[in-house]
Amino acid sequence: MTVLDRFFEKDRAALSRIISFIENREDGYLRLLSRLYPNCGKGYKIGITGPPGAGKSTLVDKLASYYLEEGHSVGIIAVDPTSPFTGGALLGDRIRMQELSGKGEVFIRSMATRGSGGGLAAATREVSMVMDAFGCDIVIIETVGVGQVELDIAEVCNTTVVVLVPESGDGVQTLKAGLMEIANIFAVNKADRQGSGRLVSEIRHMLDTRQKRDDWNLPVVKTEAVNNVGIEGLKGKIDLHREFLLSQKSAEERLMERARYELNMITRNRIIDTVVPELLDEQTVNYYARIISEGEVDPYSVAEELVSGIDIKKKVKV
Amino acid sequence: MEQKFRILLAKPGLDGHDRGVKVIAAALRDAGFEVIYTGLRQTPEQIVNAAVEEDVDAIGVSILSGAHMTLFPAIKELMDEKGLKDVLLFGGGIIADVDAKKLADMGCGRIFGPGTPTPDVVKYLKEALPGKREKEQIF
Repeated sequence: MTVLDRFFEKDRAALSRIISFIENREDGYLRLLSRLYPNCGKGYKIGITGPPGAGKSTLVDKLASYYLEEGHSVGIIAVDPTSPFTGGALLGDRIRMQELSGKGEVFIRSMATRGSGGGLAAATREVSMVMDAFGCDIVIIETVGVGQVELDIAEVCNTTVVVLVPESGDGVQTLKAGLMEIANIFAVNKADRQGSGRLVSEIRHMLDTRQKRDDWNLPVVKTEAVNNVGIEGLKGKIDLHREFLLSQKSAEERLMERARYELNMITRNRIIDTVVPELLDEQTVNYYARIISEGEVDPYSVAEELVSGIDIKKKVKV
Repeated sequence: MEQKFRILLAKPGLDGHDRGVKVIAAALRDAGFEVIYTGLRQTPEQIVNAAVEEDVDAIGVSILSGAHMTLFPAIKELMDEKGLKDVLLFGGGIIADVDAKKLADMGCGRIFGPGTPTPDVVKYLKEALPGKREKEQIF
């Protein structure tokens, strides 16, 4: 009996092994993903992002409890950073999620970023797919504590919650591009602290003055995750956003959009993994680096020359 | 990519002394391990459940309360039950040599006492972990 057989029999240890297999990019992981793909697409993905110390893990813990109470099967992916200096990581998000395991079908997995920017690990999307295929109909993804430009989460998730705290900064911060733009919902956590009312009104003001992208009225919710205050309201907004998304596009359009996105991303990544190393082997890089550094050629011309060497005549005709 | 070893560090029972386990967590992180720290007052069930979900290569348990002869065997038994036979169980704390010997006979790995230089722990894991997990047929 293979691990995959046990996976389909809902064996949690098998799910865990398969996540590692994908995360470690072991030989054959792409074939495994294509085996799992037909079982994916039922899970709803919720992203929780925000600066370090905003209370994201505690919020995830409480939010997941509500979904478990409703009988959902919940997968949680908690991402923490890998040290760029040692390659090690300390993954501590589980500390805030102690009580969950007794409450129902929940599977928590910590992931280190392993060199990926953007607030997620490179394999986070695929791991969320694996949980989806396993039967988790809600997948909550918590990013590393992010700054202003780590926006991958919005690509991976259906609903993105940006968690801020009164200490997050003044009104000018809310006007900046980046993090503030990816939110579908704002949660002002630690709302019992001084300044939370002011932050809420500053976010609302920012929302009033900016160009809307769609008809979604972006909610700002006050929460105190530690005291379990406001979480039910937050969940209500998430469910509302889910309904909004469903009302915006037909099922065919959504499937088409998902297929377009996935095809683009998977192909691009495959080019980076396979073609790029062929094109830029060590010898080639050293050769050109030397003549560029000696002023003989410029890097733009070399890049052009290298790329023109790729044979796309074999491109699949459709 | 170089193989990443994942280590779960846990403090079972009512013992709240976590300085030691935090020192070990930092040392292992700096040695390139992915360390999952689960925090204080864990039951053996919580620890083993976390180990299953995180697919770890080793579980490190810190006990300074004297309850080690109860907690280690409880964890080991659950590990065997949940199919974590190839996962290393090791530990640290105030544990007498005679007890460490008994624990070793039950299948536990090394027990590190007070004053252990952190590189000793790193060296032990780097030697013990490669090849320890069984390779299974994935699909």
